[in-house]
Amino acid sequence: MRAARVPLLTAAGTAVLAVSVALAVTVGPADISPSDVWASLAAHLGLGHGTLTPLRDGIVWDLRMPRTLLAAVCGAGLALCGAVMQSLLRNPLADPFVLGVSSGASTGAVAVIVLGVGGGAVPLSVGAFAGALLAFALVLLLSHSLGASMDRVVLSGVAAMQLFSALTSLTVLTSADAETTRGVMFWLLGSLTGADWTAVVLCAAVLAVVLAVCLLNSATLDAFTFGEEAAAALGVRVARTRLVLLCATALLTAALVSCAGAIGFVGLVLPHATRALTGTAHARLLPVTVLTGAVFLVWVDTLARTVLDPREIPVGVVTSLIGVPAFVAVLYRGRRRA
Amino acid sequence: MTGPAADGTAPGLRAGRVGRRAGGRFVVDGVTLAPRPGETVGLLGPNGSGKSTLLKLLAGVLGPSAGVVTLDGRPLAQVGRRAAARRIATVDQHAYTQNELTVREVVALGRIPHRRPWSAVSGDDARAVAAALARTGLTALADRSWHTLSGGERQRAQIARALAQEPRELLLDEPTNHLDIQHQLDLLELIAGLPVTTVVALHDLNLAALYCDRLLVLAGGRAVAEGTPGEVLTPALIERVYGVRAEVTDDGGRPTIRYLRRPPTADR
Repeated sequence: MRAARVPLLTAAGTAVLAVSVALAVTVGPADISPSDVWASLAAHLGLGHGTLTPLRDGIVWDLRMPRTLLAAVCGAGLALCGAVMQSLLRNPLADPFVLGVSSGASTGAVAVIVLGVGGGAVPLSVGAFAGALLAFALVLLLSHSLGASMDRVVLSGVAAMQLFSALTSLTVLTSADAETTRGVMFWLLGSLTGADWTAVVLCAAVLAVVLAVCLLNSATLDAFTFGEEAAAALGVRVARTRLVLLCATALLTAALVSCAGAIGFVGLVLPHATRALTGTAHARLLPVTVLTGAVFLVWVDTLARTVLDPREIPVGVVTSLIGVPAFVAVLYRGRRRA
Repeated sequence: MTGPAADGTAPGLRAGRVGRRAGGRFVVDGVTLAPRPGETVGLLGPNGSGKSTLLKLLAGVLGPSAGVVTLDGRPLAQVGRRAAARRIATVDQHAYTQNELTVREVVALGRIPHRRPWSAVSGDDARAVAAALARTGLTALADRSWHTLSGGERQRAQIARALAQEPRELLLDEPTNHLDIQHQLDLLELIAGLPVTTVVALHDLNLAALYCDRLLVLAGGRAVAEGTPGEVLTPALIERVYGVRAEVTDDGGRPTIRYLRRPPTADR
C-alpha cells in the first residue's frame, strides 16, 4: 500500500521540482521565457549553441539559476534536518531553527567574517559548523539537565536561539560596516540574494552526503519511535547513532546557513506535511520530504523576491509567516494527544 | 522442565551475581537468575526493589557494574546489540509515541534487528509480522492507528512487536499496569502461553501465583526468595518483603493470597 506509493511519490516529486525550478527562473523583472531557460542550460551544458544575448544568458545562468537551485537545496536540507531531529529527539517541534542550531551557525560564520577568528585560515563554513555544534550541545545539555521533556527541549532551543541571535547582531553591528543592517538581516532571517554556483555546489555536496548517511540509518531512526531504551532493545547503539546523526544534521545546517543565513521553520513544517503522504517510516519519509522541502522553498523564495517588487522580502520572513501557525498547530495536536 | 547444566555453559539468558550501582548504592545487588527454556519466571518485589533494573540488565540495555549476564554462555556485551535484539525482546510497562503509525507499523518495528541497511522488507519480515498479529489477536486491528487503541490493545501491540523480533527470551516490565482486571488476565494468559522463555515483573501476587512457573522475589536489590509460587508465597515472606499480613491458601501449587487488615493500633 503505502510502500508501493513511494517510488511514485519520488518520481512525481522530482518532476514537480524540475518544473518548479524551470518556472521560478522565468519569474522576475527581466522577461525570461522557459525556452530562454532551456537555451541557456543547453549552452552551458554543451548541448547547443548560445542563442541568447550575453545579458539574458547572464540573468538566467549567473543570477536566477543559482538562486533557485540554492533555494531547492536549502529547502531539501532543512526539511531533512527537521525530520531527523524530530525522530531522534522524539520531539515534533524539533527543527534546526527552533533548536537554535541555525543561530549558532550564524554566530560561528559571523565570528569568522567579522571578527576574523582563525586569522583567515578558517573558512566561513567551518566557523558555522563549530557554532552549530556548540549551540546543539548547549541545547541538549540544558534540556537534559531540565528533564528532556518536549517543552524543555524547545525552551532550551529558544534560549539558545535568543543568545546566539543576540551575539550575531552584536558582532555585526559593532563591526562598523556600511552594510551592517543588511548583514544582520541576512544572518538572522536568511536570504538567498547572495547565491552563486559555489554555494550551490557546496550545499548540494553536503546534502548528498548527509542524505546518504540518514537513509542508511532510516530503520535505526524508526527504532526511536518508542524512545531511546526501546531503540536500544531493538539493537540500536543509541549513543553512537545519536552522535553521528546529530553531527550530520549540524554539518548540513552549517553549510546551508553559511550560504543562505538562518531560514526558519522549513524543517518544522515540511516533514509534518510529508508524513501525511508517506507515513512515519523513514525509508519513505526522508526521500520524499527532501523533495517537498525543495519545491516549497523554491516557490517561497520566488514569492519573497517578487511580491513587493522591486523590493525584496528576506525569505526567512515568509517561511516564519507560514511556519509559526504550523508550529502552533503541532503544539495543539501534541496537547490533544497527551 | 528440567534445566541442563545447573551453571557454567547453560543455554539461554542467565544473570550471574549481577549488580548495578546507581547514585552510590547498588539498586541490584548480586542477583542470579537462570530461567529454564520455555518457562515463565515472575519477578516480584516492592517498588524500588530493582525489578526494572534487573530486566534492563538482562536485556543488555544497561551494563552490569558487577557480575555478568550471559546468552548461551557468552557475556551479553560480546554478543553485540543487534544479535542480542534478535534473541531477546522487551516490553515496557507504558510505551508511548507522538508519531502517527498503524498497529502493523508498530509490530514491524520488531523486524529492525533482522534487517540490513538499504534492504527492503522481505517475505520473512511480512510473515513474522502477520504471525505476531495473529498470535496476539490484533489481525483485525492491523491497519488502525496506534493512537486509537485502548491500553490493553497497546500492550498487546507491544507484545506483538516483541514477538515479531522472533526472540527466544521475552522480558516484560509490569505489562499489566494501567489495565483493568479482564485485560490483565487476558494479557497474562497470552504471555504464559507463549513458546518462549519469559521473565515478567509483576505487582499482583495472586496473578503471579496463577500464571508463573517460578518466582524470584527482590527486596532492596537482593534476591530474597526463589522457587515455585507454592514455595515462595508464604505469609512470612509476604510480611518480611511487603510489610503486610496475609493468609495464604494453597490449592495445588497455585496459592491464593488474602491480605489482612492491620489490627487496631493500641497506642492511641
